[in-house]
Amino acid sequence: MKEVQQVSSVLEMYAVIRVHGSGAAAVHALRGVSLSVDQGEFVAVMGPSGSGKSTLLNIAGGLDTATSGEVRVAGRSLAGLSRATLAQVRRRSVGYVFQDLNLIPALTAAENVSLPRELDGVSARRARGEALAALADVGVDDLADRFPDELSGGQQQRVAIARAVVGPRRLILADEPTGALDSVTGEDVMRLLRARCEAGAAAVLVTHDIRLAGWADRVVFLRDGLVVDDTGVRPDPATLLSGGSAR
Amino acid sequence: MSIRQGILAMLAGGPRYGYQLRTDFEERTGNTWPLNIGQVYTTLSRLERDRLVIAIEASDDTHRRYALTDQGRAELAAWFATPVHREERPRDELAIKLAMAAELPEADLHAVVQAQRTDTMRALQDYTRLRRAHDESSEGLAWPIVLDSLIFSAEAEIRWLDACEERLSHLDGSHRTPVSAGAPEVDLDPAGEGAAR
Repeated sequence: MKEVQQVSSVLEMYAVIRVHGSGAAAVHALRGVSLSVDQGEFVAVMGPSGSGKSTLLNIAGGLDTATSGEVRVAGRSLAGLSRATLAQVRRRSVGYVFQDLNLIPALTAAENVSLPRELDGVSARRARGEALAALADVGVDDLADRFPDELSGGQQQRVAIARAVVGPRRLILADEPTGALDSVTGEDVMRLLRARCEAGAAAVLVTHDIRLAGWADRVVFLRDGLVVDDTGVRPDPATLLSGGSAR
Repeated sequence: MSIRQGILAMLAGGPRYGYQLRTDFEERTGNTWPLNIGQVYTTLSRLERDRLVIAIEASDDTHRRYALTDQGRAELAAWFATPVHREERPRDELAIKLAMAAELPEADLHAVVQAQRTDTMRALQDYTRLRRAHDESSEGLAWPIVLDSLIFSAEAEIRWLDACEERLSHLDGSHRTPVSAGAPEVDLDPAGEGAAR
């Protein structure tokens, strides 16, 4: 553990607006979204197609830029960063898991996971050590030297998650990460995301799957580019069992 | 439930005779929950006693028309503003509530749907947490089966709410006027924040 993170909000978005195009053809993808995700928190974002879910995720991860408003990742504002600095923040602080896994076919599982750390300038030996630790966390360290096409869909997804959480990253962004998986494997992925959050990361999950969203601490509802509601953080199971006071 | 609130909702559309209320109720709920006329009159006299409705003199003494009072309107608004907890449903109050809200131009159906979606999602999160806690700590089968039943029925309900909203989105801009643009006779959140919470 290289960096000790003092900030409790891993992601802060304030009054974020994203407009594509201009004039009469302008599309308002986000119309003033504020969202804060704390360390250890697992947040699911739900909403109909076109509600702005993926835009929100892309802006949170610095893959897209807000038209106005503020985005802070691990306490650092993404506004006005050079491309190189932004790329570095993305690599060091943010891990992505997409439906389309984007594993590099010519690299082994361990090499896929260690690549972002090597790009950060970490030595190959240390990057491999971190990669093996991340693969062990998701239960596939025995597959470290296999190539993606030698892995099942569920195993590939585990490798993609290991890549998202390797090293000091604190924010995991997942866009329909269980799309190609059956429901049991889908729940395994949720279990892994939860475990990472309990270990101190924060995760934002965009999904259409209602039961998977049920794994989150908090569900945020988006419609027409606005947050329309939020379940709030749910109490822990011990409280739930002691007499239904949760409702 | 909801015969009581259903009658209030129908009277919000204007004064009605008792037999009209029965017909309206059955029309709006597709005869899923048939009412007998005795239930309607008993409920009306209780509503009158509670000052939620008032009888209007009619030309014919044997038939009385009923109208909503301000108190009745407030009670109706509170009903629409309060999510139906899953454990409190003798009939499917939720389906009745949405059917009623769908026919009332001043009810903001989007808001009714979203309040319910949030409440049901909270329940689903709670069931999921309980099941996870169970899976981590013990082997018994009965409890997770019950929890799965609750999880799947909550999921089904949210999918149904999504479908209702999709239907509503197709109608928006045609004959329904959202509450923000019309006369807000039914205040959906009178206490400012989920009245009965």
